[in-house]
Amino acid sequence: MSVTRIPAGYVPLTDAAPLIAAQEMGFAAEEKLTLELHRAPSWSSLRDMLAFGQVDAAQMLSPVPVAAALGLGGASAPLSVLSVLSVNGTVIGVSSALARRLAGAGHSFAFDDAVSAGRALLAAAGPDLRIGVPFPFSMHAELLTYWLKGLGAEMPRDIGIRTVPPPLMAEAIRCGEIDAFCVGEPWGSMAVEQGAGALLLPGRAIWSFAPEKVLAVRSAWADAEPGLAGRLIRALWRAGRWLADPASRGLAAEILSSRRYLDLPAEIIERALSGSFTVTAQGLQREAADFLGFHDGAAGFPWRSQAQWIALQLADRNGLDRAAALAMAGRVFRSDLYRDALRGTGADLPGASSKLEGAIGAPLLAAGESDDLSLLPNRFFDGRVFDPLAAG
Amino acid sequence: MPDALSIVVVETDRERAFMIVDGLRDAGEFDIQVISEPSGLARQIQMRDPDVVLIDIANPSRDVLEELTLASGPKDRPVAIFADRSEDGLSAAAVEAGVSAYVVDGLQPARLKPVLDAAIARFRLFQRMRTELAEAKRALEERKVIDRAKGMVMKARGIGEDEAYALLRKAAMDQNKRVAEVAQALVTAAGLLA
Repeated sequence: MSVTRIPAGYVPLTDAAPLIAAQEMGFAAEEKLTLELHRAPSWSSLRDMLAFGQVDAAQMLSPVPVAAALGLGGASAPLSVLSVLSVNGTVIGVSSALARRLAGAGHSFAFDDAVSAGRALLAAAGPDLRIGVPFPFSMHAELLTYWLKGLGAEMPRDIGIRTVPPPLMAEAIRCGEIDAFCVGEPWGSMAVEQGAGALLLPGRAIWSFAPEKVLAVRSAWADAEPGLAGRLIRALWRAGRWLADPASRGLAAEILSSRRYLDLPAEIIERALSGSFTVTAQGLQREAADFLGFHDGAAGFPWRSQAQWIALQLADRNGLDRAAALAMAGRVFRSDLYRDALRGTGADLPGASSKLEGAIGAPLLAAGESDDLSLLPNRFFDGRVFDPLAAG
Repeated sequence: MPDALSIVVVETDRERAFMIVDGLRDAGEFDIQVISEPSGLARQIQMRDPDVVLIDIANPSRDVLEELTLASGPKDRPVAIFADRSEDGLSAAAVEAGVSAYVVDGLQPARLKPVLDAAIARFRLFQRMRTELAEAKRALEERKVIDRAKGMVMKARGIGEDEAYALLRKAAMDQNKRVAEVAQALVTAAGLLA
């Protein structure tokens, strides 16, 4: 079998690590693939590069392929999700002014509890809180909405969610365009480094197993190239397993920091990989366990229920039919292709393709295709459970 | 005859903005405005209420425009990316040339075509200029590194310039690498040993 080149796009973020590691550490080569990596300046441009065939695979915000299936946003070709590249990995931060008000009101910046942090934020912010997210269709926007609505905020009356490109987040908060943000690392830590703000919560405090970035391809490509899709899934699964090993963190951060990829200091990139954060400009340290997942708990498995949770949030906000949204979303996350690719490799494959989102409170042994597998907690901050069969 | 199409060009570089506007003027009667300050972009665009927004794909603020695809109030005019409507591979050509267009819903494809044609031509030109500039920069960098490596070889072996270059070239051929790569390796190694 000769080597096949696959043009693949990513956005320079810490969680672009699976695609970059797959190429740099030889996991792609093991599958006789060369990933021709293209750094994209924005999510919409990456989506269009994928839609128009400039790349065949792309790191993508998990809601983007779902939104495309629902006809939302400027999408132009049906997209399919082959695997989940990363779980969690975002941070919520506030401006220095808001951080001072929070501290004044007695908030401890414990960086763990979404209820107390959220109440403190709503109380300190007053009316008209403006929060920056990288893209209208993003887990960032979904988590913020779910969290603040759950705490009683009226949206969008009390809270405006604005799109701000991650590299411009620190600047937007410094010049007062936004009061808070939810962004993927390393851009939250960069904002702290630049003295623009403080970190309030890791995204996982809102949903402890949120599918953050996915591997997206054109649906037509997935149908035409099942063999290639399988090799790609396996290469990225091995890259994720390598990234999950704590011994890989230093090297992974070094590779990501190079000029061709993120072009940012390795020390700042490593914070998300290790879960050790500096949350204020004064140097307050906080640990966030399982901050960013690449492998454990069958992280790569594209659960249909994850897509359906996303679809329902999008449908509710945009006035679409819930049942139709659920049905369409179920077809976007291709758990069938993921199974075909990894069966027999020793990878954990769950027995079902849907689960109750929010129902796992502690690591759980679940039935797998061959062996039992361990699933990680997937709790929502408010304890609600999403049952895709009962929804709609 | 319908009113002239109103076009907003989002471009921070003045020179490039002028070139795009010129290109569009040659293509027809348009009402063209340029936004050069990316902060509050969505608000700025809503205020001007154009039929078409043109933006460089490489501009990270492009993601802000995606907000405009969701009409949040009855007075908002939803926009779609041009790709939904244009034919003849025009949108693929635009993406390839590096330009994005956001278009108000309901705009006739025929009215959009000359705008896109002109924008694509300009952006192709920019792309060529960008590639040429990057190429020239790279060549200059490489020559500097090769000169340094040559100097090191000359000093270490007490040989002339031509001979030193011949050695570098032979090493490159033996290792199936470019002379610049071998020179870079030598310069890096020398830096570590110094």
